[in-house]
Amino acid sequence: MALDKPYRDIPGTTIFDAEQSRLGFHLNQFCMSLMQAENRARFKADERAYLDQWPMTEEQKQAVLARDLNWCIRLGGNIYFLAKIGATDGKSFQQMAGSMTGMTEEEYRDMMISGGRSIEGNRRLGEDGSAQPQNQPQGRAGRKEAN
Amino acid sequence: MAAITASVYTSHVPAIGAALDLGKSGEPYWQKVFSGYEFSKQWLRDNTPDVIFLVYNDHANAFSLDLIPTFAIGCAPEFAIADEGWGPRPVPKVIGHPELAAHIAQSVIQDDFDLTVVNKMPVDHGLTVPLSLMCGQPPADKFAWPCPVIPFAVNVVQYPVPSGHRCFNLGRAIRKAVASFDAPLKVQVWGTGGMSHQLQGPRAGLINREWDTAFLDQLIADPATLAQKPHIDYVREAGSEGIELVMWLIARGAMGDESGPGTPRVAHRFYHVPASNTAVGHLILENQA
Repeated sequence: MALDKPYRDIPGTTIFDAEQSRLGFHLNQFCMSLMQAENRARFKADERAYLDQWPMTEEQKQAVLARDLNWCIRLGGNIYFLAKIGATDGKSFQQMAGSMTGMTEEEYRDMMISGGRSIEGNRRLGEDGSAQPQNQPQGRAGRKEAN
Repeated sequence: MAAITASVYTSHVPAIGAALDLGKSGEPYWQKVFSGYEFSKQWLRDNTPDVIFLVYNDHANAFSLDLIPTFAIGCAPEFAIADEGWGPRPVPKVIGHPELAAHIAQSVIQDDFDLTVVNKMPVDHGLTVPLSLMCGQPPADKFAWPCPVIPFAVNVVQYPVPSGHRCFNLGRAIRKAVASFDAPLKVQVWGTGGMSHQLQGPRAGLINREWDTAFLDQLIADPATLAQKPHIDYVREAGSEGIELVMWLIARGAMGDESGPGTPRVAHRFYHVPASNTAVGHLILENQA
Protein backbone atom coordinates (compact mmCIF):
# COMPACT_ATOMS: atom_id res chain seq x y z
CA MET A 1 0.00 0.00 0.00
CA ALA A 2 1.30 3.46 -0.87
CA LEU A 3 2.30 5.87 1.87
CA ASP A 4 -0.20 8.57 2.73
CA LYS A 5 1.06 11.98 1.57
CA PRO A 6 -1.83 14.35 2.24
CA TYR A 7 0.41 17.40 1.69
CA ARG A 8 0.51 16.85 -2.07
CA ASP A 9 -2.57 19.03 -2.61
CA ILE A 10 -1.15 22.21 -1.03
CA PRO A 11 -0.52 24.81 -3.74
CA GLY A 12 2.92 26.31 -4.25
CA THR A 13 4.48 23.99 -1.69
CA THR A 14 6.91 21.09 -1.91
CA ILE A 15 7.31 19.08 1.25
CA PHE A 16 10.88 17.88 1.74
CA ASP A 17 10.17 14.26 2.54
CA ALA A 18 12.41 11.21 2.27
CA GLU A 19 11.66 10.91 -1.45
CA GLN A 20 12.67 14.53 -2.20
CA SER A 21 15.68 14.13 0.07
CA ARG A 22 16.87 11.14 -1.91
CA LEU A 23 16.50 13.05 -5.20
CA GLY A 24 18.34 16.04 -3.87
CA PHE A 25 21.07 14.38 -1.84
CA HIS A 26 24.08 15.59 -3.84
CA LEU A 27 22.53 19.01 -4.54
CA ASN A 28 21.98 19.57 -0.83
CA GLN A 29 25.39 18.25 0.13
CA PHE A 30 26.98 20.64 -2.36
CA CYS A 31 25.11 23.44 -0.59
CA MET A 32 26.50 22.29 2.76
CA SER A 33 30.03 22.68 1.42
CA LEU A 34 29.37 26.43 1.14
CA MET A 35 29.41 26.69 4.93
CA GLN A 36 33.19 27.01 4.68
CA ALA A 37 34.57 30.38 3.66
CA GLU A 38 37.26 28.90 1.40
CA ASN A 39 34.67 26.84 -0.46
CA ARG A 40 32.48 29.91 -0.94
CA ALA A 41 35.49 31.67 -2.49
CA ARG A 42 36.26 28.71 -4.77
CA PHE A 43 32.62 28.48 -5.87
CA LYS A 44 32.45 32.19 -6.65
CA ALA A 45 35.72 32.05 -8.60
CA ASP A 46 34.42 29.37 -11.00
CA GLU A 47 30.90 28.13 -10.32
CA ARG A 48 30.78 25.58 -13.10
CA ALA A 49 34.11 23.99 -12.17
CA TYR A 50 33.07 23.82 -8.52
CA LEU A 51 29.72 22.21 -9.37
CA ASP A 52 31.45 19.68 -11.60
CA GLN A 53 33.19 18.29 -8.54
CA TRP A 54 29.82 17.05 -7.26
CA PRO A 55 27.89 14.04 -8.59
CA MET A 56 24.81 16.19 -9.24
CA THR A 57 22.63 15.86 -12.33
CA GLU A 58 23.23 18.35 -15.13
CA GLU A 59 19.76 19.78 -14.51
CA GLN A 60 20.57 20.36 -10.84
CA LYS A 61 23.71 22.23 -11.84
CA GLN A 62 21.74 24.36 -14.32
CA ALA A 63 19.17 25.17 -11.65
CA VAL A 64 21.94 26.33 -9.28
CA LEU A 65 23.66 28.41 -11.96
CA ALA A 66 20.28 30.02 -12.78
CA ARG A 67 19.67 30.67 -9.05
CA ASP A 68 16.14 29.37 -9.69
CA LEU A 69 15.15 28.17 -6.23
CA ASN A 70 11.79 26.76 -7.34
CA TRP A 71 13.64 24.66 -9.91
CA CYS A 72 16.19 23.56 -7.28
CA ILE A 73 13.36 22.52 -4.95
CA ARG A 74 11.65 20.48 -7.68
CA LEU A 75 14.94 18.61 -8.09
CA GLY A 76 15.13 17.73 -4.41
CA GLY A 77 16.68 20.84 -2.91
CA ASN A 78 15.61 22.01 0.52
CA ILE A 79 15.41 25.69 1.38
CA TYR A 80 17.69 25.47 4.43
CA PHE A 81 20.39 23.88 2.30
CA LEU A 82 19.76 26.18 -0.67
CA ALA A 83 20.06 29.13 1.69
CA LYS A 84 23.82 28.53 1.70
CA ILE A 85 23.88 29.56 -1.97
CA GLY A 86 21.93 32.69 -1.11
CA ALA A 87 24.28 33.43 1.76
CA THR A 88 27.23 33.06 -0.60
CA ASP A 89 25.54 35.61 -2.87
CA GLY A 90 24.91 37.93 0.09
CA LYS A 91 21.14 37.44 -0.03
CA SER A 92 18.82 37.47 2.97
CA PHE A 93 16.18 34.81 3.63
CA GLN A 94 13.53 37.33 2.66
CA GLN A 95 15.18 37.94 -0.71
CA MET A 96 15.43 34.19 -1.28
CA ALA A 97 11.83 33.49 -0.29
CA GLY A 98 10.55 36.38 -2.34
CA SER A 99 12.47 35.21 -5.42
CA MET A 100 10.23 32.13 -5.57
CA THR A 101 7.02 34.13 -5.90
CA GLY A 102 7.70 36.18 -9.01
CA MET A 103 7.42 39.35 -6.94
CA THR A 104 10.06 42.03 -6.79
CA GLU A 105 11.84 42.49 -3.47
CA GLU A 106 9.70 45.56 -2.76
CA GLU A 107 6.45 43.80 -3.62
CA TYR A 108 7.29 40.86 -1.39
CA ARG A 109 8.47 43.04 1.50
CA ASP A 110 5.30 45.11 1.26
CA MET A 111 3.17 41.97 1.33
CA MET A 112 4.92 40.86 4.54
CA ILE A 113 4.55 44.27 6.19
CA SER A 114 0.86 44.20 5.30
CA GLY A 115 0.44 40.97 7.27
CA GLY A 116 1.81 38.37 4.88
CA ARG A 117 0.18 36.15 2.30
CA SER A 118 -3.41 35.28 3.14
CA ILE A 119 -4.34 31.67 3.77
CA GLU A 120 -7.66 32.22 1.99
CA GLY A 121 -7.70 30.39 -1.33
CA ASN A 122 -4.27 28.91 -0.59
CA ARG A 123 -5.13 25.81 1.40
CA ARG A 124 -5.79 23.38 -1.43
CA LEU A 125 -5.18 23.10 -5.14
CA GLY A 126 -8.31 24.07 -7.04
CA GLU A 127 -8.98 27.20 -4.99
CA ASP A 128 -8.12 30.63 -6.33
CA GLY A 129 -5.56 32.19 -3.97
CA SER A 130 -2.36 33.98 -4.90
CA ALA A 131 -0.19 30.84 -4.59
CA GLN A 132 -2.28 28.75 -6.99
CA PRO A 133 -0.62 27.60 -10.25
CA GLN A 134 -3.11 29.50 -12.41
CA ASN A 135 -2.13 32.75 -10.67
CA GLN A 136 1.63 32.64 -11.38
CA PRO A 137 3.76 34.65 -11.65
CA GLN A 138 2.56 36.95 -8.92
CA GLY A 139 4.49 40.12 -9.50
CA ARG A 140 6.48 42.36 -11.73
CA ALA A 141 9.70 40.34 -11.42
CA GLY A 142 8.05 37.24 -12.86
CA ARG A 143 6.25 39.11 -15.61
CA LYS A 144 9.51 40.72 -16.65
CA GLU A 145 11.07 37.29 -17.03
CA ALA A 146 8.14 36.05 -19.08
CA ASN A 147 8.51 38.85 -21.63
CA MET B 1 16.19 17.93 43.55
CA ALA B 2 16.09 19.90 40.30
CA ALA B 3 12.83 21.47 39.16
CA ILE B 4 11.34 23.08 36.07
CA THR B 5 10.28 26.57 37.08
CA ALA B 6 9.10 28.10 33.82
CA SER B 7 8.92 27.70 30.08
CA VAL B 8 9.60 30.22 27.35
CA TYR B 9 8.32 30.07 23.77
CA THR B 10 9.65 32.17 20.94
CA SER B 11 10.23 32.29 17.21
CA HIS B 12 13.87 32.10 16.13
CA VAL B 13 13.95 34.03 12.84
CA PRO B 14 17.55 34.38 11.51
CA ALA B 15 16.95 37.98 10.38
CA ILE B 16 16.41 38.91 14.04
CA GLY B 17 19.96 37.80 14.76
CA ALA B 18 21.22 39.69 11.72
CA ALA B 19 19.36 42.85 12.82
CA LEU B 20 21.00 42.67 16.25
CA ASP B 21 24.44 41.84 14.93
CA LEU B 22 24.37 44.61 12.30
CA GLY B 23 23.12 47.25 14.76
CA LYS B 24 19.68 47.61 13.15
CA SER B 25 17.65 46.93 16.29
CA GLY B 26 16.72 50.62 16.64
CA GLU B 27 15.01 50.77 13.24
CA PRO B 28 11.21 51.09 13.44
CA TYR B 29 10.71 47.78 11.60
CA TRP B 30 12.73 45.90 14.21
CA GLN B 31 11.65 47.98 17.19
CA LYS B 32 8.19 46.49 16.78
CA VAL B 33 9.71 43.02 17.15
CA PHE B 34 12.09 43.84 20.00
CA SER B 35 9.48 45.77 21.98
CA GLY B 36 7.82 42.42 22.68
CA TYR B 37 10.96 41.21 24.45
CA GLU B 38 11.65 44.19 26.77
CA PHE B 39 9.57 42.58 29.50
CA SER B 40 11.23 39.23 28.82
CA LYS B 41 14.78 40.50 29.24
CA GLN B 42 13.93 41.96 32.66
CA TRP B 43 12.00 38.81 33.57
CA LEU B 44 15.02 36.66 32.73
CA ARG B 45 17.32 38.90 34.79
CA ASP B 46 14.91 38.48 37.72
CA ASN B 47 14.41 34.77 37.13
CA THR B 48 17.76 33.54 35.83
CA PRO B 49 17.69 29.73 35.97
CA ASP B 50 20.65 27.48 36.67
CA VAL B 51 20.19 25.73 33.32
CA ILE B 52 18.15 26.36 30.16
CA PHE B 53 16.99 23.27 28.29
CA LEU B 54 16.60 24.79 24.84
CA VAL B 55 14.48 22.97 22.27
CA TYR B 56 15.22 24.15 18.72
CA ASN B 57 15.88 22.81 15.29
CA ASP B 58 19.09 22.75 13.36
CA HIS B 59 18.72 24.31 9.90
CA ALA B 60 21.13 22.15 7.91
CA ASN B 61 24.13 23.38 9.87
CA ALA B 62 25.20 20.78 12.45
CA PHE B 63 23.32 18.07 10.58
CA SER B 64 23.59 17.70 6.82
CA LEU B 65 21.88 14.84 4.99
CA ASP B 66 24.63 12.58 6.33
CA LEU B 67 22.69 12.08 9.52
CA ILE B 68 19.17 13.16 10.48
CA PRO B 69 18.42 12.50 14.15
CA THR B 70 14.80 13.07 15.18
CA PHE B 71 15.78 14.13 18.71
CA ALA B 72 19.38 15.05 19.58
CA ILE B 73 20.54 16.08 23.05
CA GLY B 74 23.75 18.09 23.38
CA CYS B 75 25.84 16.57 26.16
CA ALA B 76 29.09 18.47 25.51
CA PRO B 77 30.72 20.98 27.91
CA GLU B 78 30.47 23.65 25.22
CA PHE B 79 29.11 24.30 21.74
CA ALA B 80 30.61 26.49 19.01
CA ILE B 81 28.55 28.98 17.00
CA ALA B 82 27.85 27.69 13.47
CA ASP B 83 28.89 29.48 10.28
CA GLU B 84 25.62 29.26 8.37
CA GLY B 85 27.10 30.79 5.25
CA TRP B 86 27.19 34.43 6.36
CA GLY B 87 29.99 33.78 8.90
CA PRO B 88 29.33 32.81 12.56
CA ARG B 89 27.12 35.17 14.61
CA PRO B 90 29.30 37.29 16.92
CA VAL B 91 27.78 35.88 20.08
CA PRO B 92 29.30 33.93 22.98
CA LYS B 93 29.85 30.21 22.64
CA VAL B 94 27.29 28.12 24.49
CA ILE B 95 28.31 26.47 27.74
CA GLY B 96 26.54 23.17 28.29
CA HIS B 97 25.60 21.21 31.38
CA PRO B 98 26.97 17.72 30.65
CA GLU B 99 25.92 16.21 33.98
CA LEU B 100 22.25 17.17 33.69
CA ALA B 101 22.21 16.43 29.96
CA ALA B 102 23.56 12.93 30.49
CA HIS B 103 21.08 12.36 33.30
CA ILE B 104 18.16 13.46 31.11
CA ALA B 105 19.40 11.28 28.24
CA GLN B 106 19.57 8.24 30.48
CA SER B 107 16.14 8.82 32.00
CA VAL B 108 14.32 9.76 28.80
CA ILE B 109 15.79 6.93 26.71
CA GLN B 110 14.65 4.48 29.38
CA ASP B 111 11.22 6.09 29.01
CA ASP B 112 11.19 4.91 25.36
CA PHE B 113 12.29 8.13 23.60
CA ASP B 114 15.27 7.25 21.43
CA LEU B 115 17.43 10.35 21.76
CA THR B 116 20.66 10.73 19.84
CA VAL B 117 23.46 11.72 22.20
CA VAL B 118 25.62 14.43 20.64
CA ASN B 119 29.02 15.22 22.10
CA LYS B 120 30.11 17.65 19.42
CA MET B 121 28.01 20.04 17.38
CA PRO B 122 27.91 23.69 16.41
CA VAL B 123 24.65 25.50 17.24
CA ASP B 124 22.85 27.75 14.77
CA HIS B 125 20.38 30.66 14.85
CA GLY B 126 17.63 28.33 16.04
CA LEU B 127 19.39 28.30 19.41
CA THR B 128 21.25 31.61 19.46
CA VAL B 129 18.43 33.94 18.33
CA PRO B 130 16.18 32.98 21.29
CA LEU B 131 19.14 33.58 23.63
CA SER B 132 19.77 36.99 22.05
CA LEU B 133 16.08 37.93 22.30
CA MET B 134 15.83 36.92 25.95
CA CYS B 135 19.29 38.00 27.16
CA GLY B 136 20.16 40.91 24.90
CA GLN B 137 23.66 41.27 23.52
CA PRO B 138 26.20 40.28 26.20
CA PRO B 139 28.66 43.10 27.00
CA ALA B 140 32.26 42.81 25.80
CA ASP B 141 33.67 42.69 29.33
CA LYS B 142 31.37 39.83 30.33
CA PHE B 143 30.97 38.04 27.03
CA ALA B 144 28.91 35.03 28.11
CA TRP B 145 25.32 33.83 28.28
CA PRO B 146 23.82 34.09 31.77
CA CYS B 147 23.71 30.33 32.44
CA PRO B 148 24.53 26.93 30.94
CA VAL B 149 22.31 25.71 28.11
CA ILE B 150 21.48 22.16 27.05
CA PRO B 151 20.79 22.20 23.28
CA PHE B 152 18.00 19.84 22.25
CA ALA B 153 17.65 19.61 18.47
CA VAL B 154 14.48 18.29 16.83
CA ASN B 155 14.30 17.33 13.17
CA VAL B 156 11.64 19.48 11.56
CA VAL B 157 13.48 19.83 8.23
CA GLN B 158 13.01 16.42 6.59
CA TYR B 159 9.59 14.81 6.76
CA PRO B 160 8.22 13.11 8.60
CA VAL B 161 8.92 15.11 11.72
CA PRO B 162 7.82 13.89 15.16
CA SER B 163 4.13 14.34 15.93
CA GLY B 164 2.83 16.94 18.34
CA HIS B 165 1.59 14.14 20.54
CA ARG B 166 5.04 12.58 20.74
CA CYS B 167 6.65 15.94 21.45
CA PHE B 168 4.18 16.64 24.25
CA ASN B 169 4.85 13.27 25.86
CA LEU B 170 8.59 13.79 25.46
CA GLY B 171 8.21 17.02 27.41
CA ARG B 172 6.55 15.07 30.20
CA ALA B 173 9.43 12.58 30.22
CA ILE B 174 11.93 15.45 30.39
CA ARG B 175 10.08 16.84 33.41
CA LYS B 176 10.30 13.49 35.14
CA ALA B 177 14.01 13.26 34.34
CA VAL B 178 14.77 16.73 35.68
CA ALA B 179 12.85 16.00 38.88
CA SER B 180 15.10 13.03 39.61
CA PHE B 181 18.38 14.95 39.23
CA ASP B 182 20.03 15.12 42.60
CA ALA B 183 20.98 18.81 42.81
CA PRO B 184 18.79 21.83 43.61
CA LEU B 185 18.82 23.29 40.09
CA LYS B 186 16.20 25.63 38.67
CA VAL B 187 15.63 24.62 35.06
CA GLN B 188 13.72 26.44 32.34
CA VAL B 189 12.57 24.67 29.19
CA TRP B 190 12.38 26.83 26.07
CA GLY B 191 10.47 25.82 22.95
CA THR B 192 11.40 27.75 19.82
CA GLY B 193 10.53 28.17 16.14
CA GLY B 194 7.35 29.13 14.31
CA MET B 195 4.88 30.70 14.21
CA SER B 196 3.19 30.61 10.82
CA HIS B 197 5.67 30.97 7.97
CA GLN B 198 6.63 29.45 4.66
CA LEU B 199 10.03 30.01 3.08
CA GLN B 200 9.60 28.17 -0.20
CA GLY B 201 7.68 28.10 -3.44
CA PRO B 202 4.96 30.38 -4.76
CA ARG B 203 3.20 30.15 -1.36
CA ALA B 204 6.22 31.75 0.41
CA GLY B 205 5.24 34.49 2.82
CA LEU B 206 2.14 32.75 4.15
CA ILE B 207 0.96 34.08 7.51
CA ASN B 208 -2.13 32.89 9.38
CA ARG B 209 -2.75 35.18 12.34
CA GLU B 210 -6.06 33.58 13.27
CA TRP B 211 -4.51 30.10 13.42
CA ASP B 212 -1.51 31.34 15.41
CA THR B 213 -3.74 33.08 17.93
CA ALA B 214 -5.79 29.94 18.42
CA PHE B 215 -2.57 27.94 18.81
CA LEU B 216 -1.33 30.26 21.56
CA ASP B 217 -4.70 30.11 23.36
CA GLN B 218 -4.81 26.34 23.26
CA LEU B 219 -1.14 25.92 24.14
CA ILE B 220 -1.84 27.77 27.37
CA ALA B 221 -5.21 26.28 28.30
CA ASP B 222 -5.47 22.84 26.72
CA PRO B 223 -2.14 21.56 25.41
CA ALA B 224 -3.12 17.88 25.57
CA THR B 225 -5.83 18.48 22.98
CA LEU B 226 -3.54 20.72 20.91
CA ALA B 227 -1.01 17.89 20.86
CA GLN B 228 -3.49 15.78 18.85
CA LYS B 229 -3.32 18.19 15.90
CA PRO B 230 -1.96 16.28 12.87
CA HIS B 231 1.03 17.45 10.79
CA ILE B 232 -1.09 18.30 7.81
CA ASP B 233 -2.94 20.99 9.76
CA TYR B 234 0.32 22.76 10.58
CA VAL B 235 1.57 22.59 7.00
CA ARG B 236 -1.69 23.58 5.35
CA GLU B 237 -2.67 26.31 7.80
CA ALA B 238 0.65 27.66 9.13
CA GLY B 239 2.99 27.06 6.16
CA SER B 240 5.58 24.42 5.42
CA GLU B 241 7.93 25.86 8.05
CA GLY B 242 5.11 26.42 10.57
CA ILE B 243 5.59 22.76 11.46
CA GLU B 244 8.37 24.00 13.78
CA LEU B 245 5.62 24.70 16.29
CA VAL B 246 5.56 21.04 17.36
CA MET B 247 8.70 21.95 19.31
CA TRP B 248 6.66 24.26 21.55
CA LEU B 249 4.76 21.19 22.72
CA ILE B 250 7.94 19.72 24.20
CA ALA B 251 8.35 22.76 26.45
CA ARG B 252 4.64 22.76 27.25
CA GLY B 253 4.67 19.05 28.14
CA ALA B 254 7.55 19.76 30.52
CA MET B 255 5.31 22.07 32.57
CA GLY B 256 3.58 18.93 33.86
CA ASP B 257 0.23 20.53 34.71
CA GLU B 258 -1.43 17.23 35.52
CA SER B 259 1.36 16.09 37.84
CA GLY B 260 0.60 18.82 40.40
CA PRO B 261 1.26 22.42 39.46
CA GLY B 262 -1.91 22.89 37.42
CA THR B 263 -2.27 25.35 34.55
CA PRO B 264 0.76 27.66 34.52
CA ARG B 265 0.59 31.43 34.96
CA VAL B 266 0.95 33.48 31.78
CA ALA B 267 3.71 35.95 32.64
CA HIS B 268 3.95 37.40 29.14
CA ARG B 269 2.40 37.06 25.69
CA PHE B 270 3.37 38.76 22.44
CA TYR B 271 2.56 38.40 18.76
CA HIS B 272 3.76 40.43 15.81
CA VAL B 273 3.83 40.21 12.02
CA PRO B 274 6.31 40.30 10.38
CA ALA B 275 9.92 39.59 11.15
CA SER B 276 11.26 38.96 7.68
CA ASN B 277 9.04 36.07 6.41
CA THR B 278 7.62 35.06 9.77
CA ALA B 279 4.96 35.66 12.40
CA VAL B 280 6.71 36.17 15.73
CA GLY B 281 5.04 34.55 18.72
CA HIS B 282 6.28 34.65 22.28
CA LEU B 283 5.02 33.35 25.62
CA ILE B 284 6.42 32.99 29.12
CA LEU B 285 4.65 30.49 31.37
CA GLU B 286 5.51 30.09 35.05
CA ASN B 287 4.78 27.10 37.22
CA GLN B 288 2.61 28.21 40.14
CA ALA B 289 4.58 26.58 42.94
